[in-house]
Amino acid sequence: MSHKVVIPIGPYHPLQDEPEFFRLYVEGERVVDIDIVIGYLHRGIEKLSESKHYDQVAFLVERICGICSNSHPFAYVLAVEDLVKMEVPERASYIRTIIAELERLHSHLLWLGLAGHFIGYNTVWMWAWKYREPVLDLFELITGNRQHYGMMKVGGVRKDIEEEDIPQVRKMVDDLVPVVDMFKGAVMDDPVIKARLKRVGVLTEQQAIDWCVVGPTARASGVNIDVRRDDPYGAYDKVDWNVIVEKDGDIFAKTVVRILEMHESISIIRQCLDKMPKGPIDANLKDVSIGEGIGRVEAPRGECFHYVKSDGTNRPVRHKIRAPSYMNVASNKVAAVGGTISDAAITLAAVDPCYCCTERVAVLDKKTSNKMMNGWDLIKLSQDKTQRIRESYGAKP
Amino acid sequence: MSILAQVKSKLDDKVIDWQEHSPRRIYITVRPKDIKEVARLMFKNLGFRFVIASGTDTPAGIEILYHFSYDKGGILFSVRVLIEDKKNPQIDSIATLFPAAEWIEREMWELLGINFVGHPNLTHLLLIDDWPQGEFPLRHKER
Repeated sequence: MSHKVVIPIGPYHPLQDEPEFFRLYVEGERVVDIDIVIGYLHRGIEKLSESKHYDQVAFLVERICGICSNSHPFAYVLAVEDLVKMEVPERASYIRTIIAELERLHSHLLWLGLAGHFIGYNTVWMWAWKYREPVLDLFELITGNRQHYGMMKVGGVRKDIEEEDIPQVRKMVDDLVPVVDMFKGAVMDDPVIKARLKRVGVLTEQQAIDWCVVGPTARASGVNIDVRRDDPYGAYDKVDWNVIVEKDGDIFAKTVVRILEMHESISIIRQCLDKMPKGPIDANLKDVSIGEGIGRVEAPRGECFHYVKSDGTNRPVRHKIRAPSYMNVASNKVAAVGGTISDAAITLAAVDPCYCCTERVAVLDKKTSNKMMNGWDLIKLSQDKTQRIRESYGAKP
Repeated sequence: MSILAQVKSKLDDKVIDWQEHSPRRIYITVRPKDIKEVARLMFKNLGFRFVIASGTDTPAGIEILYHFSYDKGGILFSVRVLIEDKKNPQIDSIATLFPAAEWIEREMWELLGINFVGHPNLTHLLLIDDWPQGEFPLRHKER
């Protein structure tokens, strides 16, 4: 008898940045449909922004996300600068770029660690998070904060990078190169990880276009887009770097894109430190005229979009925010369907939404609503699959 | 032909107003009844990426901006429509053309009270299911 069950995944966990709720409909092992419910963390920030003045909003949007806590204020200040058609001092553009790339480094390392944990590679998890720490230390050195850096300001940045700190910053960035190389080897050359992640959770190029996904999720499916190159901001048009694009659209491709992007981030930071001119860091905005402006930034997860409309007062009359996950999470509707339950945890996590949702998983019988599995069982299922592949490659049980 | 000229010729008489805020930020005003056709031309014909839509409650009516990105040139085309009937605002859904618009139309429906005609699943996205009817958080209070 075919047994149709519903697996609810989510919604709450204290660690996750964006709680979501996934309801998986499965037949046997296969996922046949998925419902995605969001809104658990809807805090009305767009509405709240209408009651803050332009300086305060940068701090407000910084608190949208703990991981992308630079991308949102960055996109917001670009929107206001577009509105008033304001030029930012060159040094400030370079500092903004350094912070944005450090953010990409720490975010990709965070993702890599969690992805490793979900497929049963706890060493990858521990190491990725271990090497994420020096990135946070770098943030502390430059901005004074490990999270919520408070650097973005309409017209510039709030804090300069001190000349005497630069040798230390350089050394810490240089130390990350062998780390990324190690992950490149450990993940990209590992036959078990390849067998586990290749052809899993595939998002085809056409699906990526139809669902308008952004960031590494799009680039892993062969969609060659990156705001940093296409609509340059900060100092991205003044340094050399490559957009990483993969064709396969599976989770392995998404992993490869993120690992190789870390190399590019390090290269961008080094060039910025070399080329950064001396000079002012703030253009001192006086008034915001009537009008509207749009800012977009390539956050670690993809394009972050802010629209600001002004009626000439000191507060925005409308502030629309679109985070990259808004587009990426919706694409799970096609990426997870057709896969197995043991692949669901890693597939839903592959777009880098908020990972920890998947820890609160329960498998329910649709008719009786009896709980059949909990979250740990599901992660175990995923890890067991990796173990079976490992054993087929000759590892001892 | 430049991309701006291509867009102009494709949209043709549907354009009411064309405003170039900067070389990479173009605002195009069209009539609400034309939005489905304009979105089809932008997405399917010109191959632009749908970024998001943003609804605003203005004194003249409910305004929606549909942002489309031409990624090869980094140009953002924002298509503006103004729905004058604030009591019962409605417009054709574009979610039937491409799934990426489904969520944002649900969001504008619940936050601004715009009825998207033909939307496959017009239910709450961000707000709880028993949110009071007729309460739209992003509407401004009448003074």
